[in-house]
Formats: sequence, structure tokens, C-alpha cells
Amino acid sequence: MTDQDTAVADVNGLDWDYSPAPERTRPEIASTYGLFIDGVFQPAQDERTFVTTNPATGARLARVAQAGAADVDLAMQAAKNAARPWARLSGRQRGKYLFRLARRIQECARELAVLETMDGGKPIKESRDVDLPLVAAHFFYHAGWADKLEWAFQGRPVKPHGVCGQIIPWNFPLLMAAWKLAPALACGNTVVLKPAETTPLTALHLAQLLQEIDLPPGVVNIVTGDGETGAAVAAHPALSKLAFTGSTEVGKALMRQTASRDIPLTLELGGKSPHIIFADAAMEQAIEGVVNGIWFNQGHVCCAGSRLLVEESILEPFVAALRDRMAQLRVGDPLDKNTDIGAINSREQLERIRTLVRLGQEEGAILHDVQTGPLPGKGWWFPPCFFTGVQPSHVVAREEIFGPVLSVMSFRTPEEAIRRANSTPYGLAAGIWTDKGSKIFDMAQRLEAGVVWCNTYNQFDPASPFGGVKESGFGREGGLHGLRAYVRGVDR
Amino acid sequence: MSRLEVVKTGKLWIGGSWPRSESGRTFTVEAPDGSVHSRCALASRKDARDAVEAARAGWSSWSGATALLRAQILYRAAEMMESRADEFVSALTLEPSLKPASARKEVGASVDRLVTFAGWCDKYQQVLGCQNPVTGPYHNFTIPQSVGIVAVLAPPTPSLLGLVTMVATAAVPGNAVVAVAPRQAALVAVLLGEVLAVSDIPDGAINLLTGDVRELLEPLASHREVQVVLGAGLSKGQRTSLREVAAQGVRRVHALPWKQDDWLEDHLVAAPWQLERVLDFKTLWHPCAV
Repeated sequence: MTDQDTAVADVNGLDWDYSPAPERTRPEIASTYGLFIDGVFQPAQDERTFVTTNPATGARLARVAQAGAADVDLAMQAAKNAARPWARLSGRQRGKYLFRLARRIQECARELAVLETMDGGKPIKESRDVDLPLVAAHFFYHAGWADKLEWAFQGRPVKPHGVCGQIIPWNFPLLMAAWKLAPALACGNTVVLKPAETTPLTALHLAQLLQEIDLPPGVVNIVTGDGETGAAVAAHPALSKLAFTGSTEVGKALMRQTASRDIPLTLELGGKSPHIIFADAAMEQAIEGVVNGIWFNQGHVCCAGSRLLVEESILEPFVAALRDRMAQLRVGDPLDKNTDIGAINSREQLERIRTLVRLGQEEGAILHDVQTGPLPGKGWWFPPCFFTGVQPSHVVAREEIFGPVLSVMSFRTPEEAIRRANSTPYGLAAGIWTDKGSKIFDMAQRLEAGVVWCNTYNQFDPASPFGGVKESGFGREGGLHGLRAYVRGVDR
Repeated sequence: MSRLEVVKTGKLWIGGSWPRSESGRTFTVEAPDGSVHSRCALASRKDARDAVEAARAGWSSWSGATALLRAQILYRAAEMMESRADEFVSALTLEPSLKPASARKEVGASVDRLVTFAGWCDKYQQVLGCQNPVTGPYHNFTIPQSVGIVAVLAPPTPSLLGLVTMVATAAVPGNAVVAVAPRQAALVAVLLGEVLAVSDIPDGAINLLTGDVRELLEPLASHREVQVVLGAGLSKGQRTSLREVAAQGVRRVHALPWKQDDWLEDHLVAAPWQLERVLDFKTLWHPCAV
């Protein structure tokens, strides 16, 4: 029996395949979007635009203004002008704007979820059940901090930085905007936000909500564009804090670009996170954890558990079970409520994934690719897969693929697991599965990572600090520790 | 005929040993009258790399020690320093502008700083860590952990208090330290090493180099094993090149902005959040439902 046969499980000679279950809500998408500067939408000064498409169909969704240096300058000036009155507002007033925003997001959640899926390619069940609830929760959580900062930083008087530049990626477009905006605003900063080039739409719809809740003009400014726009934000003299989520390569470039200035940075960069399965783990739960760890959001997740380390004694049955489970994943229309794996975000990203997978095969790793049916004819797709026979020196074991591709390796002792897990320049997240408590704490202490998921994976919460060590960056987002990035001590 | 004095050459302190610079270089520390007071080793790039190598082993034993033991060892260092206070005062007053009373104050403050930081060893975890109320059946908590190896670039002045404060800050959470004392601080750095060497600090946990920051900044900030660079008294140009070099490995650089008198302010310099520069926060999740 081939894998293809097992996928369409006809246990009793019945066709158990799903019927289509399309999400029918359609958000209103304008034909063109301007930059959101000083509370109003406006075209770029040189009137440049770019097209944003639906990666699942290749269809054009809208034209969006491409911000140049002159537009970034306007946005920065607006943020600078708004900084003082915003910081002087009482904490509770600031908090109330954020509470209002959280409510409006909840009310518009379905439209925003569909828009997120259309612009980015992620399955609707993820944007609906993960992204949007977390976005609203993030604003709600931070809203409540705004009037409690003196207790958050006991014994230490703090002030906002002023104007924060925030550059965010395309994998969780609205959620990353929330992670950046909520703590910055709660702490009394103003912001110039630069969304990713391929996913600008939800941030611009968020800007419409900012208008609706009467947020003072200039407190949040949104400049869409490519890397050139981001570089202009980082270079602007009015900048007093820079936060970036994205690739390690760009993170390093931003560090160099700001090296001559005393600007605090928060960098949330790439990862190649180890996911460690011990023989005494709860096997079915661990399989689900691995599936969620690597195939959530097509693997477009900086903390994806992309290096699976399985204790040697259970390697064979574990790989077999993982294969069976992978065959059940449904790849296809992201707007179908039954879809598990949606579209790859862009042609560029698809090419990168293909290249790395090809390199993996060339280096001798064995590809397990259990495609359950034909992929859609249009758009960008890559089926879930994993490699076995991976050596630590292989490219697929070292480089971040940022796609639905898992590398499976094995270990014999906890010491070997730690050594292999930590043998990477990255250090974002790690996962451990075992039923033995003392082993969990021992491993968790020794893993070089900012987040350690024990008997779970890919959990996120506004109250829980997130961020990496080593080349995965520095600074935390979320929780009490995330607030620290958005204040400066005035104790001298 | 008066007795001919023995002139000391201060050496580097690396991995618990006292090597001269592998380069063989030294520089002269002058007495106020211009005569040769002593000599110190001029550390080279290779010495810096050797110190980082030693610090790797030092990190393992120092971070593996219990918090209580680290506290006792830092307190032991305060004891050893107090008993040699006069020696530190005379070393500090080689700088003609520093009056004996000020020097004595600086030595006292340095001993007291060690006492304060000794006490932090088993307390900052509770002040800086926390449990997080996540939505779902999970235990979720954030704990501070050592980062690994911290490079310290000590200020020329206050030479002793600056060096002691920065080394102790980095050492409290269990980091291994490679500290560079500039020429003006070289003699007190050698004395500090002699104090620390008899305080039960594991070999390599703290390493002291004397030399030029200009020369040692690059090999330290670009070293893959160095996670954080803590500097003070740096010029704008030095801060810039430090950050440029550190970008290669996404290393954290913290330039302390403190002026002379700031170093005396315990509520500023010995506050627990100063430790945040030299530790990482790790967040752990575990289900708490069956």
C-alpha cells in the first residue's frame, strides 16, 4: 500500500475525504491603500506603489503605497510631534485607547482573519483561532499595564523612549504588529511601523480601526514598502528605539546601521529550534507536538521546531507514526476551514524552500514527502515533508528553511541531546518531551534558548515573554519582561 | 646606602594562572615623581583569545556552583580586599590627582560593592523572574540565566571601583568574565586579581587582562564564545566599532554611561536591573492538566 492510499483512508471501502468548507466572509478590500501618517491615509510623495497578491491564487488584491525616505521622514516627524502629549497623557487614558482597540479588533476579527489569510496564505483556522484571538489579547493585556508602570519597574523611575521604529515580518503580519505596538503604546511611546512587503493589508486595516477609536494622530504611523523603507526608518535621526522581527541577516545589518548611535534595539531573529523526544514521552501527544511544531503556518515560524531529535531506541516507530500523521494533513485552499497547510507566502520563499530541500537531497538525506493529492494549479505551494538520515553538518540541519520541512536526527543520551541541540548559532526556542519531571528541568536549564516548551510546543500568550539568545536576537516581547524594551531608566 | 627596592611586574590572570603576555610586552607604571613604580603585562589579541578559552571552563564550574556558594565566594573576596586596603590605596594614589582620602573612600566603596553583590547572588532570581498568567492550562514562568562569557572593558577612572563593579555585576549570575583594565587601572587590576585568586573563585571564572582597550576590543567582541560586552568610559568611536564588530554574531553591547560620582551610587549601580545586561531570560511552559 502506498502512502497515497493511506491518506484517503477507505477503511470500509468508503471515501472518507472531506467536502469543501469554504469561509464565506469577505472583507472589503480597497483597490489602493495609502500610507497612514499623522492619522490620515496618503499616497507616497513620489506616488510609487506596489502590488500585493493572494499567494494561494496569484491574484492581485490591491495596490499599496511604497514609502520612500521623504514619506518616512513625514511619519517620523508626526510621531515625534505626537510623542510628548501621548507620554503626558495619564496611563489610564492611554490604556483606555488600547482597551478600545482590543474591543474593535474582536468585533472585526472574522474580516481581519480572512484578510490575513488572503494576503498571507495561512489557513483560515489558524488566522481565525490563533492569530486574531492573540492580537486582541495582546492589546487587552498591555492596555492594563499603561497605568501600572511604576509597579512594573519598582524602585526605578522610567520614561518612554519617544519615537520607536518597528519593522515586522510576513509570517504573522497582524500579530507581529500587535506584539510591537501594544507594549510601545502602553509605555507611552509613539511608533512608525513598517509592515512586510508581501503582507501589508491587515496592518492598514488596523490603521482604519485606530482612526475609529480616535487614537490621537501621529501616535501610530504605518509606512508600507520594501527593505528600502525599513532602512529609512532605521536611519532616521528622530528614532530613539528600534525593534525588528525578521531574518538574522537583516538583524545584523540593522545592528551595523545603528552602530554609531546609542539606540536600544530589540531583535527577534531566525532560529533552528531543537525538538527533543525521549523514549519515555507520551508518544501520541509528542507526535501532535511535532506536527504543530514544524507544520504550523507552513513552517513560516521563527521558533519552528525544525530539528527533531528522537531518542534512538524509538526512532523507527516514531518516524513511522510521524509519516502516518503527516499523511493526514490537508494542503490546499487556505480559506477552506479544513485546510491544515496553506500557501507559501511568496514565490521567493518557495524558491528558497525548494533550493534548500534540493540541497538536502544532494547531501544524502532521505526525503519523506507524502503528498495526499494534487496541489492547486495556481499560487505557491509546498507539501509538508521531513528528512531522515540527516547529519548535523547538512544544510537542512543548520540553516533556517522557514518552510514545512523537518530534519529528523537521533541521540542516545541526554548529554548528546543537549550537545546537538545547542550546537547552532541560533537560540530561539526548544521543545522537550518526557514524562520525567527531573529530566525536563535538567534539560530546560541547559538548553540555550529563550523559550522552552516542555511537553507542548508553539504556545504563545501576551503574558509570556518571547525572544531568543545568541544569533536569534535579544530583548523579550510579551509579559512584564517585554515592557522593559519600551522604557528607559531615568535614575541618573 | 639605602636598600634597592624590588620592582614588581604585574602579570595577567588567566584560567587561575599568572602568565606574562604571550607577546612578552610590558608597560611602565610611573610613580608621581616619574620614577618606575612597577611594570604590567601588555595583553595581546592572543592573550584575549586564551582568556576566553579559559573562561569557557570557568563558566561551567561557576554557573554550576550554587547561588549560595557564589555569594560566599564574592563575600570572601570582600574579606580579602579589606585586609589589603592599604595596598589598594597606595596603588590608587599613584595617580597624583587622587587624594588619599578619596582613594580610601574608593577602596571602601569597592569592598562594600562586593558585599552588596555577594548578597544579590541568591536573590536577583526572585526579583527579576516571575510566573506568567497565560490563558490555558500551563505553568509558565520566566527565569534569569547566565549568558556564558561576558567581556568587561573597564573604565580608566574610577579605576578600582569601576573594575570591581563591572566584574561583580557580570559574575553574580554565574557568567565567566574576561575583563580588560586599561593602563591607568592596570596596577589595581593586578592587585584585584591577587585578591580574587585567594577567594576560592573557580579557575577561569574571572580572568583579568591589562592593556589597551583599542587593541583588545575587536578580538573580544568578535569572539563566538563572548555573548555580552560590557564597557564603560568608552569613546564614541570605540562604542561604534564595538557595535559594528558585535553585529557579526548578534552580540549584545552595553556601554555604561556613568560618570565619576555615579559609580558611588549603590541605588543606581548595584540595583538588580543592572544584572539584566548580563543575563538571559528563559521562559518555560509546561501543561498542568492531564
